[in-house]
Amino acid sequence: MPSSYKIQPEDRPFIEEMRKTPVGHHSPGLNRVLTLLRGEPTEGKEVLVIEEPHKKWRLGICAGERGTPIRLTKKVFDDLEEAEWYVFKRRWKKHTGETIR
Amino acid sequence: MLKLTGYSDRIYARPGQTIEFKVNCDGPKTYQADIVRLICGDTNPDGPGFKETLVRTDVSKRYKGRKQVIHAGSRVIIPDSEVFDRLDSFTVQAMIWPTTPDKGEQGLIVRGSPRARAGFGLMIDANGAIALRLADGKCMETVSTGRKLLERHWYFVGATFDAKTRRLSVFQEPLEIFPGVRDGGSARRTVKVRGPGAVRAPLVMAAMPTRIAGDQVFATGHYNGKLDSPRLADRVLDAAEMEALKTGLPASLETAVLAAWDFSLGIGTEQISDISPNRLDGNTLHMPVRGMTGWNWDGETMDWKSDPGQWSAMHFHDDDVYDAAWETDFLLTVPARMKSGLYAARLRAGSHEEYIPFAVSPAPGKEKKIAFLLPTASYMAYANHHVGCTGATELQNGCLAVYSPQDVHLHQYREYGLSPYDTHSDGSGVCYTSRLRPVLNMRPKYQSVLGGFKGSTLWQFNADTHLVDWLEAMKFGYDVITDEELHDRGLEALKPYRTVLTGSHPEYWSPEMWEGLDAWKRRGGRFMYMGGNGFYWKVAFSAETPGIMEIRRCETGIRAWPAEPGEFFNSQDGGYGGLWLRNAHPPQTVGGTGFSAQGFDLSSYYVRKPDSFRPKVSFIFKGVGKNERIGDFGLIGGGAAGLELDRAAPELGTPPNTYVLATSVDHTDVYMLVPEEFLETAPGLGGQECPQVRADMVFFETLNNGAVFSTSSISWCGSLAHNNYRNNVSRITKNVLKRFLDPKPF
Repeated sequence: MPSSYKIQPEDRPFIEEMRKTPVGHHSPGLNRVLTLLRGEPTEGKEVLVIEEPHKKWRLGICAGERGTPIRLTKKVFDDLEEAEWYVFKRRWKKHTGETIR
Repeated sequence: MLKLTGYSDRIYARPGQTIEFKVNCDGPKTYQADIVRLICGDTNPDGPGFKETLVRTDVSKRYKGRKQVIHAGSRVIIPDSEVFDRLDSFTVQAMIWPTTPDKGEQGLIVRGSPRARAGFGLMIDANGAIALRLADGKCMETVSTGRKLLERHWYFVGATFDAKTRRLSVFQEPLEIFPGVRDGGSARRTVKVRGPGAVRAPLVMAAMPTRIAGDQVFATGHYNGKLDSPRLADRVLDAAEMEALKTGLPASLETAVLAAWDFSLGIGTEQISDISPNRLDGNTLHMPVRGMTGWNWDGETMDWKSDPGQWSAMHFHDDDVYDAAWETDFLLTVPARMKSGLYAARLRAGSHEEYIPFAVSPAPGKEKKIAFLLPTASYMAYANHHVGCTGATELQNGCLAVYSPQDVHLHQYREYGLSPYDTHSDGSGVCYTSRLRPVLNMRPKYQSVLGGFKGSTLWQFNADTHLVDWLEAMKFGYDVITDEELHDRGLEALKPYRTVLTGSHPEYWSPEMWEGLDAWKRRGGRFMYMGGNGFYWKVAFSAETPGIMEIRRCETGIRAWPAEPGEFFNSQDGGYGGLWLRNAHPPQTVGGTGFSAQGFDLSSYYVRKPDSFRPKVSFIFKGVGKNERIGDFGLIGGGAAGLELDRAAPELGTPPNTYVLATSVDHTDVYMLVPEEFLETAPGLGGQECPQVRADMVFFETLNNGAVFSTSSISWCGSLAHNNYRNNVSRITKNVLKRFLDPKPF
């Protein structure tokens, strides 16, 4: 179920932790932020669609409705960690209004 | 959109038996079909590489392509009968529990000819109210109660029509009344329509026919919800008569009643029985769920077999699919020279490609000493799942959901049907899964959303080709026996083998499969459990409905949906569903370990435990150092201990003579303890804190010189090929298999 947590100014140090380790062992603080950011409902949620197996993945957006195709964006990644970081920044901005450079 | 999709009528065959292949080729004019032997389905350039070999058969040639589609949605079809000619004045009634009254027009009990534009239909109208539609070929009228039905509440509904006065009345009565909620009501009107007309048409329940072609009824307006005790009479019945019909067929009404269908008869079949003397029997299409609690279920009885009359409802869904019923495009009669193994019909048209996998069992008398038990029951459980579409997936995975082209197709084209990991469009759980449709995620080259972060991201069928590849690379002779064959033949299917190896995730077991394996083990069979979360869910197959598997997700366990109270017993075999753990056969009694945790980001490794240094099991670790990390490498999440993990638990059934050889460590917090392992909520259930989040590698001896070795992790097989098969996961597996083939006692 979606998290009710709201990102606080004290959560900013976790940005750097996420940049270094987008997937794997995380601090309790980053886990709490990720439970919010990764646990959003399907509508408007980012997914990756394999463009070339093991080489390229395209960012897609779920409609959240059965039978509605995934909307494919222009954003393509050749590295899955890079995709995790990109989506993290996008969601962080959505929740805080802050752009991560 | 995938242009080439297909399926076969059989999932296994022995030499001499014939498999029919059914293909949808939507676009290309022709396609090439060939039979290939599958060795490794993993396309990862860091892995052993994709491996298949062409098998020369009569199949190899180009075929003309044709589009074949699936018409999803369950319904009942009662064939046309002269008895229906008595329909002039009439009464139609039923008990219903609608689940999507707002979705638009839905047929309940409909008999009409779309071509003649004549007939009648008791239905839910566009406003969510009960209505009767009547058409005589010239005009059509619909009379509605105008009262919106509530979701998931029982109603007594019906309509009467008097052909003499042309008075039409329709009603809906809620069984439970809430102050201020106006969901019951009736309407009466004199109509111009003369009656349902003399049409030749079947009677359809839970859908509205759009076209009738011979035995086939094409339909729209599929009903979501339960339908119970439908009745049809050839005159206007009064309220007391209709009330009396709710629970049966009184003798006084026998002449008036054309049909009184009782869905509690034939639970587990596709047959529909009419208890009236007219015997207007019929069939279901696309398997509405049976053994569902009816309007009169009292909550005191839980097993439909003890009083079927309380389970006289069927639950229909607009996305039910059983048999896609496609035409056959080509056949393969398995030649005698085709050795047992994993095969597929490979279809190609330009850049489009499809594989339809199947297993070939050995010819009698030609069996090897090793059998790979292909977990086809578990493949069916995951068939065409939409796990990636749920909001929680990314949390469980600890990384973004990655879709394959097949997932994208399934996401959009819902007529390819669901898996028991999904819910229906009305939110109810999917408890039947069929292989008589293209199962797009049971394919070589397919990457799964459940296959861990980075690496090969394989799951189930394609992940299991890592084991096939290893058996080939190590030059072990082996046969492939499917779960379905084990279910069909029991012990006989395994009798020839000294050693049986499972796949990476043999999770779903029917009682027949269980007994077959257990009997083989009792006779001294040596068993290698090569995966995780095995022997977990109890499922049912039935000879009445080949190609279907049933699961009731009751009580506890990692559940995609909960079975409703009173619906814990399978319709197919009448058995109690749910976890084997709750059915007196804990998984720990089979492999020595049982499901304890899952997570889908990074896999980890094992460290040796004191038991591994005891002389009896020294053969397992020959060539493995004392402090070596076991499997800190691999194609599935980067390690041999990952995705789903099992632990040894003496309190749950791990045999007392079990050696715990190694245990996995250092799992991330995405890995969490399974719900059946804790009673109260408390922090500390993740991999960094919870000691039960681990895989235990175990060995124990069984009767008659038998033995069991268990890896207890789904990702184990993904590490076998590392460093050109020279690694400690491969070494341990080989040490065990070689020793297990030696009949000498341990």
